[in-house]
Amino acid sequence: MAMKKIQTPLTTEKVLGLKAGDTVYITGTIYGARDAAHQRMVETLNKEEKLPFDIKDAILYYVGPTPAKPGKPIGSAGPTTSGRMDDLTVPLLEQGLKGMIGKGLRNKMVIEEMKKHKAVYFAAIGGAGALIASTIRKAEVIAYEDLGPEAVQRLEVVDFPAVVVIDSEGNNLYETERRKYQR
Amino acid sequence: MRKMDVKTITTAVRDLCIKANIYLGEDVKKAFFRAKEGEASPIGREVLQQLIQNAEIAEKEEMPICQDTGMTVVFVELGQDVALYGGNIAEAIHEGVRQGYREGYLRKSVVEDPLLRKNTGDNTPAIIYYDIVPGDQIKITVAPKGFGSENMSRIKMLKPSDGVKGVIDFVVDTVSEAGSNPCPPVVVGVGIGGTMEKAALMAKKALTRKIGSQHSVGHLRELEETLFKKINGLGIGPQGLGGSTTALAVHVETFPTHIAGLPVAVNINCHAARHEEIIL
Repeated sequence: MAMKKIQTPLTTEKVLGLKAGDTVYITGTIYGARDAAHQRMVETLNKEEKLPFDIKDAILYYVGPTPAKPGKPIGSAGPTTSGRMDDLTVPLLEQGLKGMIGKGLRNKMVIEEMKKHKAVYFAAIGGAGALIASTIRKAEVIAYEDLGPEAVQRLEVVDFPAVVVIDSEGNNLYETERRKYQR
Repeated sequence: MRKMDVKTITTAVRDLCIKANIYLGEDVKKAFFRAKEGEASPIGREVLQQLIQNAEIAEKEEMPICQDTGMTVVFVELGQDVALYGGNIAEAIHEGVRQGYREGYLRKSVVEDPLLRKNTGDNTPAIIYYDIVPGDQIKITVAPKGFGSENMSRIKMLKPSDGVKGVIDFVVDTVSEAGSNPCPPVVVGVGIGGTMEKAALMAKKALTRKIGSQHSVGHLRELEETLFKKINGLGIGPQGLGGSTTALAVHVETFPTHIAGLPVAVNINCHAARHEEIIL
């Protein structure tokens, strides 16, 4: 378990260097998208059309922030539950998605595909929306504006805090750590 | 009869929505500090420290603690000697939610039709429960409910022969299967008895009790303690990253039930255990 700084884009080489349990601080561009945006992205791919941003080597953040107050880039912006995106994730991994930030469990299918496509799953602290917002310097809606808090946003982050929960070999911190403290 | 303009209710609900979402209750903050001292896992301690820091930033910046500012659950205890005028009480509450979520920069998380899923744009309707009580006052409790934890909640109609062991197993299994999803450390509301919907409502209402409060009835206090110990022995820990703090509290409420039944509902709340009340 190490502390690592990551700069986006998240290339395969960088992914291979990340291990479950590592604390990371992410700097660069990440994309905010949750339930409804995932549905649209998958529909877009099914129609063989292009996604609204380049997903190769990208990091997706499962977030639906509160509205920004005047003068602030974003409102409270913690992660939402990742499991709801499980059934909509494989097509994105096939397009080169390398990192996902959320909270909570992922299913077997996603973990197998992460191993195959060399991707990593990070957990941010659920409910720490104000703390996380302080690492987001710029936020811009780039697609699906009609979805309101579920629109796709391009986020510029500096030292965004997260933990590697599932690495590209399928090691899963949720399972290994829980076992240590079971009584 | 005491007369009251429903506008008073609108203003109160607006203020409660904003306050509940930005300022974490003192009882929850205290529970974070206590948990941090006793937490066995270093990652767990770090998570708890970040939650304390998050509450401080939220307060200072007047920013919501969590981006999921919830579906707004409102409990109204309406004194039977109050005569309301100036409009309809339900609409007055919805208007308070509308104003609070707009003026407080809170997220609008409600969709109009659960199947068509178009956002209503103002976080209405609220979920409102009314109790008619003696007296000439109105007590309003606003409890914004996030759905990361709501989705992990369950209800089961046990058999009377399942008894207290059946109840314990069901509650502990529910929290165990939820794992990291409901943003632990959680508050667990348990409703036992009544009918199906009564059990669910008791579980929800149990979440509005202060952390650290114990049931006044002996065997139910013991049940709360037993559940608390078993849940914290699951190893899930803060954010599911392992540890000895999975629950901050377990609150049990009961009601008489039918000779053939033992309904049990488990409503889970994330660590952002938000609820504010006012007496008008």
